[in-house]
Amino acid sequence: MRLNGTQLKLASTVPLLAFLKEHGFNPARVAVEQNGIIVPRSSYTEIAVTDSDKLEVVSFVGGG
Amino acid sequence: MNQHINVKEKIRNARIAIFGLGGIGSNAAVMLTRMGVGYLRLIDFDVVEERNLTRQSYYPPQLGQPKTKALTEQLLTINPNLTIDAHHIRVTADNALPLTDGVDIICEAFDQPEAKAMLVNSLLTARPETKIVCASGLAGYASSNLIKTSRKMKNFYVCGDETSEISSEKDLFAPRVQICAGHQANMILRIILGIEEV
Repeated sequence: MRLNGTQLKLASTVPLLAFLKEHGFNPARVAVEQNGIIVPRSSYTEIAVTDSDKLEVVSFVGGG
Repeated sequence: MNQHINVKEKIRNARIAIFGLGGIGSNAAVMLTRMGVGYLRLIDFDVVEERNLTRQSYYPPQLGQPKTKALTEQLLTINPNLTIDAHHIRVTADNALPLTDGVDIICEAFDQPEAKAMLVNSLLTARPETKIVCASGLAGYASSNLIKTSRKMKNFYVCGDETSEISSEKDLFAPRVQICAGHQANMILRIILGIEEV
């Protein structure tokens, strides 16, 4: 799979929420696109990430 | 048609909403007003405080005023023909979408990362055709050149270095705040003129 342009190997399919936490993202501070489609926040627990996915995770930091 | 007139007309016809009127939002609003944008929707729940004056576009006599009111006054002084729709309100996932009604481009200028993500997610899910230009990573005084504009998705742009977060050790300073606001204002100008690339 590709995460933000970087190739990585996913041993097994995981829920998006678990994937995000595992890769150090705070789910409350991100927007996620899976294979070119925005993932609604309400689906983070049910959407699965597979090894063929292209995932873009945009993470926000504070200050404005 | 004369190209210069065409550009001015497109800018005058643009309708922009600014979410958050702190360092980013107030400075971006001033730039958009000076450019000649005809319609701005200003959204913020806060009032002007003394600690804001180091980087936000407000003045000591405006202390205690809602930022929407203080900024409206200032922008109308710059351009009396500007139409302003001000909302002194805290934005939540429940009221965010109606606040984007009838505008072409959103300037996201919240302070909290959770609020930024909430607005972006609401918009990309329900209004994928609306363009949003966000700020992320502008605290401190690292090199100006680290602040850039990226196109994250078709209608979703982020300006900033994406890492410099405000914290007890890292404050916000006027230069990087204004550089980032400038990036956003220029990206908004490019979008107004039909250029989608960063």
